Amino acid sequence: MSLVTTSASVWRDIRRPQRLIERSAMVYRRNWIIILSGLFEPMLFLLSIRVGLSQLVGDVEVSGRRIAYDEFVAPGLLAAAAMNGAIFDSTMNIFHKWKASKLYDALLTTPLTAADIAVGEIGWAVLRGTIYATAFLITMAAMGMVESAWVVMAVPVAALIGFTFASLGMAATTFMRSWADFEYVPAATLPLFLFSATFYPVSAYGDWSWVVNLSPLYHGVELVRAANLGVWEAALLAHVAVLVVLGVAGTTVAARRIEKLLLS
Amino acid sequence: MPNRNLGPIFVTVTSMREGVITATGLVKSFGGLVAVGGIDFTVMPGEAFGFLGPNGAGKTSTMRMIGCVSPPTTGDLQLFGLDPRHDGRTIRARLGVVPQMDQLDNELTVVENLLIYARYFDISRREARSRATELLEFVQLSERANSKVEPLSGGQKRRVSIARSLINDPDVLILDEPTTGLDPQARHVLWDRLYQLKEEGRTLVLTTHYMDEAEQLCDRLVVMDGGRIVAEGSPQSLIATYATREVLELRFGRGRNADHVADAAEVGERVEELPDRLLVYTTDGEGSLATLRNRNIVPDSALVRRSSLEDVFLRLTGRTLVD
Repeated sequence: MSLVTTSASVWRDIRRPQRLIERSAMVYRRNWIIILSGLFEPMLFLLSIRVGLSQLVGDVEVSGRRIAYDEFVAPGLLAAAAMNGAIFDSTMNIFHKWKASKLYDALLTTPLTAADIAVGEIGWAVLRGTIYATAFLITMAAMGMVESAWVVMAVPVAALIGFTFASLGMAATTFMRSWADFEYVPAATLPLFLFSATFYPVSAYGDWSWVVNLSPLYHGVELVRAANLGVWEAALLAHVAVLVVLGVAGTTVAARRIEKLLLS
Repeated sequence: MPNRNLGPIFVTVTSMREGVITATGLVKSFGGLVAVGGIDFTVMPGEAFGFLGPNGAGKTSTMRMIGCVSPPTTGDLQLFGLDPRHDGRTIRARLGVVPQMDQLDNELTVVENLLIYARYFDISRREARSRATELLEFVQLSERANSKVEPLSGGQKRRVSIARSLINDPDVLILDEPTTGLDPQARHVLWDRLYQLKEEGRTLVLTTHYMDEAEQLCDRLVVMDGGRIVAEGSPQSLIATYATREVLELRFGRGRNADHVADAAEVGERVEELPDRLLVYTTDGEGSLATLRNRNIVPDSALVRRSSLEDVFLRLTGRTLVD
């Protein structure tokens, strides 16, 4: 087995999940307007905070710097948008493809594997989340809420947040029995959205601030906020690690469940 | 390394002589439920091989194992000389699968279904396009290429499934009840296409509970019942072995069929009593009927027909295929 054939087969292995992304691109080529609609919610939030709330609240102190409230909230909203986009794509959409249209049954009769399906679908959700984050970032810049050029790092961070939540969402979806079970999804994401130091600094929790560490979104918010301020410190690596570990775990569970339930 | 190139050639030659698919003692059980209870069969290259049996006979479980989407519980299964447990992906690259329920991609158009399916097999876009055009022509759906899948009729959907299953130019085509739920006209169109594939030398493996389908398409078949193979052979040889040349069907009216079993037995080789009629197995149906009439035994209605696989199945299991 030469190096050339080995790398060729590795290349093929990496390419297979891309076919799922290709499929999603094909589906949304006609429905690109649906993709755009996902942008509106975070943009409206941003606008309302900019117009009204920011003046009321005044400045906020972060990492020893005083910044306007809208500049404080914007990174939180960006992180939450990445989470919501990924969750939407990886729960309802995937459940439909799994149970109603039997897409994955059909895919498994081709050379694609359960892992290819999991990675491919999560990959699409990440891509979609990244598009949202980029558009959001451009809006932030246009409204003058950007503190540092490092803010471009918010795009890969948003991709990472997308990966974590798409993986967790897909893993959770493999346990859903019917559409009714999806009621639990907002029950999980809404508290994360509200309490992950999105709208106020973690210091507001006082002695209980450690609890926020349990929220995956909090780790994402901290990273985006650091990117916006251009403050880089080693502690951020811990946030990255949490998101990576959860993402890998979710992807693994999703792939195993597909294998167990569809390849029986 | 002079011998290196001989390996694959040797493998090809043996697998041509041996079966494309061989199963030995193949078992599939789900918890305590045994779906396939130890079956042996061999499918030869270029053959149309059928699994005939009623619902619940284990046909679909067998097909899923052949399609490498369901690992055998025990026993040995080989396709192209490879084991699905280890080489599932390589095997699947050479299979075309038409599932029982069309699993078409409802979010895409007819032609997109074929194009994206080609991509799953790592076929280039340009090649995919030319194959898709060709295959839609083959299944007579070129004019529906840009239609969504949903509004198509059952027969049309099944034809899209067949076109899609051929996109990777498979060596073996697996069809699970290809015409179940289709109207007679759609079935004939489908049979015609499948017959053409068979003539091209493609190996077909299909399940059915329609005896006419098995008779028309299969070179060889196995009859399955309760997870086991109860008979094996060509349709003609099965009929010759398990049935007579002709069948005389007699109807005496409700509740009176049973009274005439003994009379019927005297004019034929064997009698099967069904709820609504008696089947008399005989070499000469008209002759047997005439004899009955001479004895003043006159049924409400009588029909002489050629015997079929349905009769074989009845003989082997005591039940009809379609309940």
